[in-house]
This record gives sequence, C-alpha cells and structure tokens, in this order.
Amino acid sequence: MLLRRMTGWPAWEWTSPLDELDRMRREMDRLTEGFTRGLFREPTAGVFPLMNVTESKDNYYVRAELPGIRADELDISVTGNTLSISGERKIPSEDEKAQYHRREREAGKFSRIISLPSQVDTKRVEAHCVDGILTVVLPKAEVAKPKQIAVKTS
Amino acid sequence: MADTESKALQAKVKTGVTTPAELTRPGLVFTPAVDIFENEKEITLLADMPGVKAEGLNIDIREDTLTLDGNVQSPEGSGEDDILREYGTGKYYRQFTLSQVIDQGKIGAELKDGVLRLKLPKVEAATPRKIAVKAN
Repeated sequence: MLLRRMTGWPAWEWTSPLDELDRMRREMDRLTEGFTRGLFREPTAGVFPLMNVTESKDNYYVRAELPGIRADELDISVTGNTLSISGERKIPSEDEKAQYHRREREAGKFSRIISLPSQVDTKRVEAHCVDGILTVVLPKAEVAKPKQIAVKTS
Repeated sequence: MADTESKALQAKVKTGVTTPAELTRPGLVFTPAVDIFENEKEITLLADMPGVKAEGLNIDIREDTLTLDGNVQSPEGSGEDDILREYGTGKYYRQFTLSQVIDQGKIGAELKDGVLRLKLPKVEAATPRKIAVKAN
C-alpha cells in the first residue's frame, strides 16, 4: 500500500493480497469499535442519506433521516424497482458577528439510488417528510405480491 | 460557509452514547449533531434530532447544565419486516455546561423539521457594556 502510494505505480498483481489484508484490518477495527462502544453498528453502503427499508405484504417503505430538509427540496423518482433520491441540505448562514463554538451539522448535496427487491407500482408511490424523517411508501406491483395458493383435494 | 454548501454530504453513522444514569427502558441513545454560536446578546444552539416531536423533547437547565433529551417513536408500523437497516432509531441525549449566565425566563425553543433551535439569552449583567471615557 505504502509503496504503491509513494511511487504512484499502477496496481500490480501483488497488491491484491495486501488490499485483502487491509480490508480485513478495517473489518476488525469496525468490529472492535462496535464492541468497545457497546453498540451494534449497522453495515452501511456509506452513501448519504442512510436508509432503512422495510416491507409489508403490500408495500415497501424506505426511510431516511433528513433533518432540516423540506419536502419540496427533495427530488424523488422511481422507475421499475429503483428509487432515486437527491437534494441539497442547506444551512443558512447566521449573523456575521456570531462566534462559533461548535459546528457539527453539515451541509451539502446528496444523491442516492436504491434497488428494491421487486417491481413497484410507480403510479401510486407516495412520499412524505415529517419531523425530518422522509418516508417513501412504494406499493408492490401486482406481479410481485405474494399469492395464496389453495391446495385442491382430489 | 460558501464552500461547504456545494460539497457532497458524507454518510455518517450516528454516534451512540451511554448516559450517566442507566436507562429504565431499553433502547439506543444517540448524540445529536449541534451547532453552537453566540453573539453579544445570546447563545444559539441548533441540534439535529430527526423524528423528535415537540411533546417528546425535554430541555432542562439546572444551574449551569443544559440537558437535551428527545424521545423518538419508532417510525415503523406493525407488520413491517426489515430488508435493509443502515441506521438505528432511538432517543437523543446530550448535556452541555454553560459558561455564561443564562436568563432562564427568556429561553426560546423551536422545533422544525427535526431541527431544534434553542435561544439562550444572556442576563443583562453578562452582556458587555461599553463604557464611554470622557475626556477631561
């Protein structure tokens, strides 16, 4: 890793086992961090916004935490089984004379595309933003819904 | 500020905390991200607390400790099964020690789209007063 970075050579074949080691080290770091904090850490795709997806019999629900973002600032579109969400989080600048002590909230653009396990009925997709949480309800397409099959006897 | 507005937002896993006192109810506790700034008159605190409703938020100032405590109700309805879970939901908790004397009667709090805006006005005595020096 170090060598490659210093010389700027293209990736040789021998770098792959090292990359693998590096990946393992990262995994271990992640694990131990999880233990020391005493909290379970969710694996993420590392793309903003982080999403939770759930399903019921008829719908998929996609949720994301987007505090301070109004519904009309979001751009949401659906095609087939993919949902795409993009927008920009703006933090209006405060009074010029204000002296900052902490600045942890971040502003910026974001865009994410997520694939759902099956086709959705794109015409009936609904989205709402309440208390900084975006919920997109995607009704499953008729073909994707589970069907009860009656077993005939004789 | 201008350069931060165009950059891409990075995904951040919410930071979990362990509260000083053990909780009676099980569940996760997270630290809300905050901005704190002050001018001559007041200290303003902005906190990201997605999912917290006004009735679920407790703001407490005791002596010089400010406590933010936001309860979040699970957004999932019954009969929903997880497919992908990237963030946890739980309450928000954070404490601050205030260095200035706050006028407790004039504190203003506003919760909008999951962002809390807390105004903590300084007491008159703490606001700097310019003293004109007379010549002669």
